[in-house]
Amino acid sequence: MNAPLVKLSNISKCFNGNTVLSGVDLHLEPGKILTLIGPNGAGKTTLVKIVLGLVEPDEGHVTLHPELRIGYMPQKLHIDPTLPVTLQRFLKLAEPDPRLCLAAAKEVGIEHLIDLPLQSLSGGEMQRALLARAILRKPNFLVLDEPVQGVDVVGQEALYRLIGQLRDRLHCGVLMVSHDLHLVMSATDEVICLNQHICCHGHPDQVSNNPAFLELFGSKTAPYTHNHDHHHDLHGEVIDGVSTNSHSKECRHD
Amino acid sequence: MIDVLLYATLAGLGVAAVTGPLGSFIVWRRMAYFGDTLAHSSILGVALALFLSISPTLSVIVICLILALVLVVLQQQKTLASDTLLGILSHTSLAIGLVAMALMPEVKVDLLSLLFGDLLTVNINDVITIYAISVVAILLLLKLWKPLLAMTIHEELAKVEGVPVNAVRTAFMLIIALEIAIAMKVVGVLLITALLVIPAATARRFSQTPEQMAVFASLIGCLAVILGLCASWFIDTPAGPSIVLCAGFLFLISLMKKN
Repeated sequence: MNAPLVKLSNISKCFNGNTVLSGVDLHLEPGKILTLIGPNGAGKTTLVKIVLGLVEPDEGHVTLHPELRIGYMPQKLHIDPTLPVTLQRFLKLAEPDPRLCLAAAKEVGIEHLIDLPLQSLSGGEMQRALLARAILRKPNFLVLDEPVQGVDVVGQEALYRLIGQLRDRLHCGVLMVSHDLHLVMSATDEVICLNQHICCHGHPDQVSNNPAFLELFGSKTAPYTHNHDHHHDLHGEVIDGVSTNSHSKECRHD
Repeated sequence: MIDVLLYATLAGLGVAAVTGPLGSFIVWRRMAYFGDTLAHSSILGVALALFLSISPTLSVIVICLILALVLVVLQQQKTLASDTLLGILSHTSLAIGLVAMALMPEVKVDLLSLLFGDLLTVNINDVITIYAISVVAILLLLKLWKPLLAMTIHEELAKVEGVPVNAVRTAFMLIIALEIAIAMKVVGVLLITALLVIPAATARRFSQTPEQMAVFASLIGCLAVILGLCASWFIDTPAGPSIVLCAGFLFLISLMKKN
């Protein structure tokens, strides 16, 4: 599994004459977390759908690893209230064995909701349910479209931490979409800043200081730096000190 | 005289058995108007059958299926809102059918029985046709159950997980077309959607799983057929509307159950 999981070269896509993506290159190694950020309409979801094979690009090539197993977490579920479906039943669509379903629910921290109707789950619980369904497929590649949407700030931190843990356990590559670099900073190895084309990419610290990024998001929203008691190397690995997940007082969340 | 009632009951039950699972999917997928549009187009199918002197059942299945596929293609273009598109096709196909029949003076068509069903005239051959088609429809639904359920919850997620969504969707359209072709005789073109939607909506309040809802909906549909036929027999009301009225009455009763 040393070949890249996904390699996109020179991808372009138009919808009704509007260019959504042009000349996008991207590649993702196993075990790495790559985050796509960009404003609304930047083509993030379209790019994800091209990776998933749901949308055909107009130009360019998509090369997938031959043993790729994708776990996909879509942006939202709209389930009609007339459909009687519990969380367990939802998970069983991916994995018939109820014990494995329960284990997946446990791993994402929602095992106590297993018999509840899916429609009764809160935003954060629903995101975890989608994540559980994605990992049930034993993926080596997780694709997460706005995984923390509809989740409060504390919950977002926890969800990103969970995604990091899943990456470590499954040793899978992760491609995720976010429109907020602040929270995703510590959770990603690499960031691609997308606005129809790739504005800049690299380690989150580099991207956050890149003029193209600042121009796109404005200096007002320039990200705060996370005062951890350790440092990261270029791949996001901790190089000194021990991560304790404790935060300094400068952190604006708790 | 008694065999009239027997055939009518058998035909009604054969149709109601399919409406449970199929109607449940129509409700879950919010396709009531879609089903209505296909049902209206069956008038066009009947007109075509009269013109070509072929079996109306076959002609209705083919026309419904073609219209369903045209609808899917047009919906993907997204130039018009889905309900606008359905409104155009639904009433245009109904109108073409009615005009075409009027242009064929040599054939006498009982329009009322087409629109509202004519259950008390079914014969043994109709019953056999209904059961043959019902069995095919139910077998298809059983085979497609899991992928269809996955698609109903999230189509793109299902596709990423390997469900052949286009094939499943087409097969689902075929099942709707099959059901319309047999339900036409029982409740008529205008009331088919009622038979699909009302029992499923009634069953929702008593169901914890999708399968329960499908089975309960079939049972409720069968009960409505029996009650409607009784009403038709004893107080001489039209059979199709009586069945739908009984289904509506059962739905009202279900509202009394506390959730």
